[in-house]
Amino acid sequence: MSLTPDDVKRIARLARIEIDDAQAQATQAQLNTIFDLIATMQAVDTASIAPMAHAQEVYQRLRDDVVTETDRHAAFQAVAPAVENGLYLVPKVIE
Amino acid sequence: MKWETVIGLEVHTQLATRSKIFSGSSTAFGAAPNTQASAVDVALPGVLPVLNKKAVECAIRFGLAVDATLNRVNVFDRKNYFYPDLPKGYQISQLARPIVEGGTLKIVVEGEERTIHLTRAHMEEDAGKSLHEDFHGMTGIDLNRAGTPLLEIVSEPEMRSSAEAVAYARALHTLVTWIGICDGNMQEGSFRVDANVSVRPVGQAEFGTRREIKNLNSFKFLQQAIDFEVRWQIETLEDGGRIEQATVLFDPDTGETRMMRSKEDAHDYRYFPDPDLLPVKLDEDWIEAVRAGLPELPAAMQARFQADYGVSAYDAAVLTGSRALADFFEAAARACGQGKLAANWVMGELSAALNKAELDIAQSPVSAAQLGTLIARIQDGTLSGKLAKQVFEGLWEGAGEVDAIIEARGLKQMSDSGELEKIVDDVLAANPKSVEEFRSGKEKAFNALVGQVMKASRGKANPAQVNELLKARLQ
Repeated sequence: MSLTPDDVKRIARLARIEIDDAQAQATQAQLNTIFDLIATMQAVDTASIAPMAHAQEVYQRLRDDVVTETDRHAAFQAVAPAVENGLYLVPKVIE
Repeated sequence: MKWETVIGLEVHTQLATRSKIFSGSSTAFGAAPNTQASAVDVALPGVLPVLNKKAVECAIRFGLAVDATLNRVNVFDRKNYFYPDLPKGYQISQLARPIVEGGTLKIVVEGEERTIHLTRAHMEEDAGKSLHEDFHGMTGIDLNRAGTPLLEIVSEPEMRSSAEAVAYARALHTLVTWIGICDGNMQEGSFRVDANVSVRPVGQAEFGTRREIKNLNSFKFLQQAIDFEVRWQIETLEDGGRIEQATVLFDPDTGETRMMRSKEDAHDYRYFPDPDLLPVKLDEDWIEAVRAGLPELPAAMQARFQADYGVSAYDAAVLTGSRALADFFEAAARACGQGKLAANWVMGELSAALNKAELDIAQSPVSAAQLGTLIARIQDGTLSGKLAKQVFEGLWEGAGEVDAIIEARGLKQMSDSGELEKIVDDVLAANPKSVEEFRSGKEKAFNALVGQVMKASRGKANPAQVNELLKARLQ
């Protein structure tokens, strides 16, 4: 499988990355080499191998359900671009 | 053409933990904005999620309660999309390997029992809240809710009417509160329903195109939204139109659904396993310990109520509407040894009084033990049903215990048959006309005489005894 220029633009849009046609073309070539690598890997027979969700054969450590965090919103909001009434302000979004 | 409605529900239940799913922030509702959003919740660079054991335990409880498959190894994935109330740019969820798969839930609609199959239930984190009031043309973001643990419970598309969808949502609400994994508070958003709705000609095997109604936070809105949506889809199709796959919102003010986004704008979430989280392992000892801690479930309790207390299937379903109600009924039934009578009182007099006062069963001024004693006094003949209602009023007002109220208000049923005989004779003497009418075949006249005797005894005569005495005298 290889990507078309439209695929590349769509991926860029989903990732909120602005690219022009020249960049899309260059990126297309780079991404396609990754797809070649995947194609090579796909050729390996994995029928007898259990799927793996993580590179390490260890499991998630769990935390007790205890409140340990304190209110640090003043420190966090000191570096926020815009704040009002304790809220972070962002450009208007209406879906 | 005849149409069939097809509905599947996705329910987001907020899990009853103290802290968030991946951080030690409080999940308490109603705090000042952003005071419960830690470095992990606001997604500062370099932070790592650490999974809350209680959230996993809640999911295990649910899986056991619906007799589902618990995936011994389950995996968290990243669901990628950009929205300001999702600070990381992705939501941690479970896609390919959720913690719970399958399972069933029983619902009762119009006396008919049905089994609804569940597809899956997975753990995920909630997003923050966007406030669209005018902040100089900007949107305000409160991240207190970001990272609150959710269990998203997905049903198969097996409901065929809004009534079935509501029955399913109610049964699910009862269950998650019953097993203590969710507080069920719909106003605070602890239990939110998305409904996937489609219609198809009766007899057609394939499903029609579905539209998803988002974020319904009451059973009433769920019903209204589905009814409107079904009508709209049928009208559109009958007018020769087509249904486009879409996400819609329900407006409670107009009672209508309106399009939020079409399929073209549908999110492409690009899920992949979250490298910050290792797979979660459920060992057998843990699962068995959780199983041992489960309370008796509503379905099992309904069967037991029918067998032990002789109540009907319908009554058993009503009485197990919540754990508090079921416990109340059972305590009252045990106290008096009269299951059917206890069921009638709990669902009748008590429920009516609670509804009128807008109180929950847990806030009932009349205790289960008091109601049990009251019923026992009916059973032993001390009280008639009518007198018992007066005693109940006394209990409700907090006038004391059952026997004390009977004594203080002189509500004891007349047990001295000599006294009653005298009243009966007086009534017969005073009502020759009724006596004559009865003897000439008018049954109604008898009831009039019973009424007169009851009145003369000021309601304290035992009606059965009055009947008996009158019959004997009139023969």
